Amino acid sequence: MNTTQILFWFLSGLALVSALMVLLSKNPIHSILWLILVFFSISGHYILLNAQFLAIVNLIVYAGAIMVLFLFVVMLMNLSKEKEDQKNVWMKLSGIIAGGCFLVSTCNVIFNAQVVSKELAGKTALLKEGSIGLIGPLGKALFNDYVVPFEISSVLFLSAMVGAVVIGKKD
Amino acid sequence: MPIQYYIYLALALFSIGVIGVLVRKNAIIVFMCIELMLNAVNLLLVAFSKMHHGVAFAIDKASTVGIDGQLFVFFIMVVAAAEVSVGLAIIVMMYRNTHSVDVNFLNRLKN
Amino acid sequence: MSKLVYLVPLFPLIGFLINGLGRKSLSKSAIGVIGSGAILASFVTSLVLFFEVKNHGAIPVQQLFTFIDVQTLKIAFAFQVDQLSSLFLLIITGIGFLIHLYSTAYMNNEEPQHYGRYFAYLNLFVFSMLLLVLGANYVIMFIGWEGVGLCSYLLIGYWFKNDSYNYAAKKAFVMNRIGDLGFLLAIFWIIVRLGTVEYGGVDGVFANAAAKLSSFDVTLITILLFVGAMGKSAQIPLYTWLPDAMAGPTPVSALIHAATMVTAGIYMIARSNVLYSMSHIAMNLVAIIGLVTALFAATIAIKQNDIKKVLAYSTVSQLGYMFLGLGVGAYTGSVFHVMTHAFFKALLFLGAGSVIHAMHHEQDIRNMGGLKKKLPITHITFLLGCLAIAGIPPFSGFFSKDEILAAAYAHSPIYWGVGVATAGLTAFYMFRLYATTFLGTFRGTHDQEHHLHESPAAMTVPLIILAALSVLGGFIGVPEILGGHHELHHFLAPVLTTEKHHEIEHGTEFMLMGVSVALAAIAIAVAILKYSKKPELQDATGFGKLLANKWYIDELYDMVVVKPLNAIAVFFKNIIEKSGIDGLVNGVGKFVNYSSRQLRLLQSGQVNAYVLMMVLSIVVMLLIWLQEGVIFRVFAKLFY
Repeated sequence: MNTTQILFWFLSGLALVSALMVLLSKNPIHSILWLILVFFSISGHYILLNAQFLAIVNLIVYAGAIMVLFLFVVMLMNLSKEKEDQKNVWMKLSGIIAGGCFLVSTCNVIFNAQVVSKELAGKTALLKEGSIGLIGPLGKALFNDYVVPFEISSVLFLSAMVGAVVIGKKD
Repeated sequence: MPIQYYIYLALALFSIGVIGVLVRKNAIIVFMCIELMLNAVNLLLVAFSKMHHGVAFAIDKASTVGIDGQLFVFFIMVVAAAEVSVGLAIIVMMYRNTHSVDVNFLNRLKN
Repeated sequence: MSKLVYLVPLFPLIGFLINGLGRKSLSKSAIGVIGSGAILASFVTSLVLFFEVKNHGAIPVQQLFTFIDVQTLKIAFAFQVDQLSSLFLLIITGIGFLIHLYSTAYMNNEEPQHYGRYFAYLNLFVFSMLLLVLGANYVIMFIGWEGVGLCSYLLIGYWFKNDSYNYAAKKAFVMNRIGDLGFLLAIFWIIVRLGTVEYGGVDGVFANAAAKLSSFDVTLITILLFVGAMGKSAQIPLYTWLPDAMAGPTPVSALIHAATMVTAGIYMIARSNVLYSMSHIAMNLVAIIGLVTALFAATIAIKQNDIKKVLAYSTVSQLGYMFLGLGVGAYTGSVFHVMTHAFFKALLFLGAGSVIHAMHHEQDIRNMGGLKKKLPITHITFLLGCLAIAGIPPFSGFFSKDEILAAAYAHSPIYWGVGVATAGLTAFYMFRLYATTFLGTFRGTHDQEHHLHESPAAMTVPLIILAALSVLGGFIGVPEILGGHHELHHFLAPVLTTEKHHEIEHGTEFMLMGVSVALAAIAIAVAILKYSKKPELQDATGFGKLLANKWYIDELYDMVVVKPLNAIAVFFKNIIEKSGIDGLVNGVGKFVNYSSRQLRLLQSGQVNAYVLMMVLSIVVMLLIWLQEGVIFRVFAKLFY
């Protein structure tokens, strides 16, 4: 087991545990902090996969901007105290069962492909090597092949911004 | 790393997100769970991107095969950011009107 | 000339359309002119056609268009004018015209709208009857057959505000439908066995009947046809509608009883004489039913007090005669009797109508009497009609009735005996009617007496014409022993090919005539003596009561057929309908209602619940996919 593998397992475990903690913690602020940890571990995965650009963007946009926004909102509302009523146990149970069923059935699909039909044999994700995750090739691709979606996404941002302002405006 | 590890990991994260959406009532947490699901998908996309790149990389070091997947992740992030801005605005407004962020207060869809 | 054939039914159809559609805008006189004129035009055309046939033989079949074309079965909408149908055309349009003319005066009190409706129906009636007679195959005949049934329903129920009239109309319709079913089955059987419904021609029914039909087939077809004739021509057991058909206006009764409708059955059997001659069973059945009906109806007529009812039962009785003639193979005699009967029965009905008109819709003969002086023309013509129906020589009824009786004697003396007895009864009840109505003293109210008047010319002229025909009509069929040539016989011979030629010694035939005439004369004398001075005003008792109540046949039918049917209907309504079918239908409704209530709970408005459903659906789809497409394949088989 080399360093890369150790790192992979560690990051995976960290991501899963943090994700679970997002659900389990009662204080929304704790949830947010745990989610930031999930994002960090995912960024770690990106780095392992030599996708540095995405790793950085993930940290900046998600962990930096979005989660801070969440924090702001939560603190603005002063939701740190847990107010959720726990009445509907059946709803919770059914949610967990449904999600579990989803996990089991999807994993079953992958398991079939892996063990029964061996479609995944020899398919590995390239680690540490390859330049496509670097900013240069990505930028070239983005501004050559994907320039139109890129521009459209800027329009999307603008409209989202306007929408957020309009909705958030006190009337 | 074998690709299935990434798939299982992404599935697990995604399922946790699904369960979160189903179980929690706090709108902000539900929203965060959606972000979690998006990230699970992002991770999987990057992994697949590298999987395809690996095959081409063995032949040509300068190949850019698989770069599309990473660009998709980029765009998902863009959309997620826009979504979060609007979504949080909605939650703020909802809180202003109902003094609660419980999604079950929002059952007007019934009528 | 032969191209004119389609004009015959066309005129009444046009008259029907104009009067039917314009009944609200046309004036009464216009309606009367159009209605009568259409029939007159038709009559003139028929006359032309008749002389064409008389001089040059039957006109070839005129095909207008193909009516039904299914694989091997081709049914043409074709008209055929031969000796038989040309004779019927004359009867229908001639007497039909007189009745139309009479109606213009008789119905003059009606509102213009109903007046138009009446003439529209009348024209449609004549149109249907012409179609029936003209058709060159059984299907066209059936169309006319049904049309006649429909029109009789419409006309009997003409005064639709009276419930009992509507009931009578429905009764006529239903009774006719029972018979029609028999006719229809016969047509089907013919199509199945022969693949054609044309009468004549090389491929026609009659040419192929002997070769292709077994004796069972022939018997079945002829009996089924006879069932149809029973309904239309009011024979036992389907006769009860005819007396009730008196609910309609009197000219309608005349039309139904004399010129159209009831003669349809006779026409049909005469037309199918080739088939009937092949089946002794059917022939005997026809003869016996005819004989029984004749006697039976005559006994009922003796005790009826409604002027129209007496005539109605006499029609039933006379129709029985005609069927007797058909049954013993004297087709010419039957057709002859149809013709003479059309004359004198139309005369009697129109005369009765004239009396009723004068009496302000009083129909009970017990309230009449002594009308001889007040209604001289009606009286004379009515008397002539009575003499004709009673079979007194040389009036028309004598010749036709005698021919049938002679044929019956040749077949079996018993038939003859019953026939002569019926003839005696006929003479008796007709003169009972005559004596009670026209002789003696007036018994109605003072008001009625004050208003008594002879009918207008539009009513008396048809009476006079019909009286002349009743007197003279018999001379076209004078038998050879009386020095005649029997022109009718020779005229019809090409169509009625299977006529039985009975040989009776001249002495015997004279004796038969003598007996029937003597019996009729005695009956007349008895009736006049008995009823002119002291008519029976009380309700009948004993056996007479049985007759007055028509042997309780209506009640019997009611008990045997109607009540069980009603009981079954009630059972089905209450048990099967309410708990069975309603239960099923309501059950479906309740189930859907209940399940949708349950399903509605899913629409809780809770976002979590929706997401839950979504996730579960995804899981289910995944599982389906995981089953190696088992379920998918099932669906694929269902849909592709």
